[in-house]
Amino acid sequence: MAEEHAPEVHVTPLWIYIVIFLALALGTILTVAASRFDLGMWNTPIALVIATIKAVLVILFFMHVIHSTRLTWVVIIGAFLWLGVLFVLTFADYLTRGWQLT
Amino acid sequence: MSDVVVAHDPAEHHEPHHPFLQHHFEDMGQQHEASTLGMWMFLATEILFFGGVLAAYWIYRVMYPEAWAVGAAQQNWQLGAVNTIVLIVSSLTMALAVRAAQLGRRGGQVLMLILTLIFGTVFLVVKGVEYHAHWEEGLFPGDAWHWNHAAPELVPKVQLFMTFYWSLTGLHALHMVIGVGLLLWIIWRAWRGHFGPQYYGPVEVMGLYWHFVDIVWIFLFPFLYLIHGTGAHHG
Repeated sequence: MAEEHAPEVHVTPLWIYIVIFLALALGTILTVAASRFDLGMWNTPIALVIATIKAVLVILFFMHVIHSTRLTWVVIIGAFLWLGVLFVLTFADYLTRGWQLT
Repeated sequence: MSDVVVAHDPAEHHEPHHPFLQHHFEDMGQQHEASTLGMWMFLATEILFFGGVLAAYWIYRVMYPEAWAVGAAQQNWQLGAVNTIVLIVSSLTMALAVRAAQLGRRGGQVLMLILTLIFGTVFLVVKGVEYHAHWEEGLFPGDAWHWNHAAPELVPKVQLFMTFYWSLTGLHALHMVIGVGLLLWIIWRAWRGHFGPQYYGPVEVMGLYWHFVDIVWIFLFPFLYLIHGTGAHHG
C-alpha cells in the first residue's frame, strides 16, 4: 500500500517575495523610462527583454515553479515551445513576403 | 512520520483521512500535485490563446508601425503604469495569501486575499476610466468611431490598432473579472478555515491563475501603451 504523503510544503521566505516584488516594480519603472527616450531600433527589444524577465520572475517565484515537479516543468516548457512554434512559423511566413504595404 | 496505522482490511477499518481528500486520490500530496499540474495544463492553453492574438498584433505592428505608434500615443501611459504596479502589488498579496495558507494562518490568508481582491478591483476601475475616455474620444472601432486626429489614410490603421487594444485588454479584463469572482469563493473558504499545510491546493491554484493574468498584463502594458516611433509624441 502506498505510504501516506502530505503535500511537500516549500514555504518561501518572506524576503524573497519582497525582493521579487521590488524587482518587478523596478522593471516597470525601467520599461516606462526606456520608452521615454528614442533608442532607435532598441526600444522594442528592451521592452521585450524587461517584460520577459518580469514574467520569468513571476513564474519561478510567485508561481513556485522553482519547487515544482519535473512533470510540471515539462508542461510549462512544452507550452512555451508551442508558443515559439506559433510565433516563429507565422512570422517566417508573413515577414518574408515581398508584399507592397500601403 | 505519520503514526497512522494502515488497516489491512479496508472493510473493517477506515484510516482517518483529510475531509477534503477526494476519493479518487491516494493522499493529499497526490491530490495537490494533480491539481497544480492540471492548472498548468489549463494555463498552457491560455498561453496559446493570448499568443494567437499577440501573433496577429505583431504582424500588423510590423506592417503599420506608424499607426501603432499613433495608437499607443492615444493611451494614458500614466494610468497604465499605475495599473501595472497595482497588479504587481496584487500578485504579491496573492503570493503571501498562499504562504499564509501553507503556514496555516487563517487571519493572514483572509487579509491577503481581501487585499488581492481590492487591488484587482482597483485595476478594473482604472481600466473602466480609460475605456470611458476612449469611448468619449471616439476610439471605439466600428460605427462609434469618430476619432480623426491623424492623416486620413492612417486613421483606418489606427482603428485596427484600437481593435487589438480593445480585444487584448478586454480579454484580460474578462480574466480579471473571473479572477475576482473566484477570489470571493476562495475568501469564503479561507474564512471557514478550510486551508492549511495539508490542504492549500485551491489557494495555490487561485494564485497560479492570478499570476498568469498578471503576466499577460506585463506584456500588454508595453505593447499597447509604450510604442516609440514616429507620431509617438502626444498632441
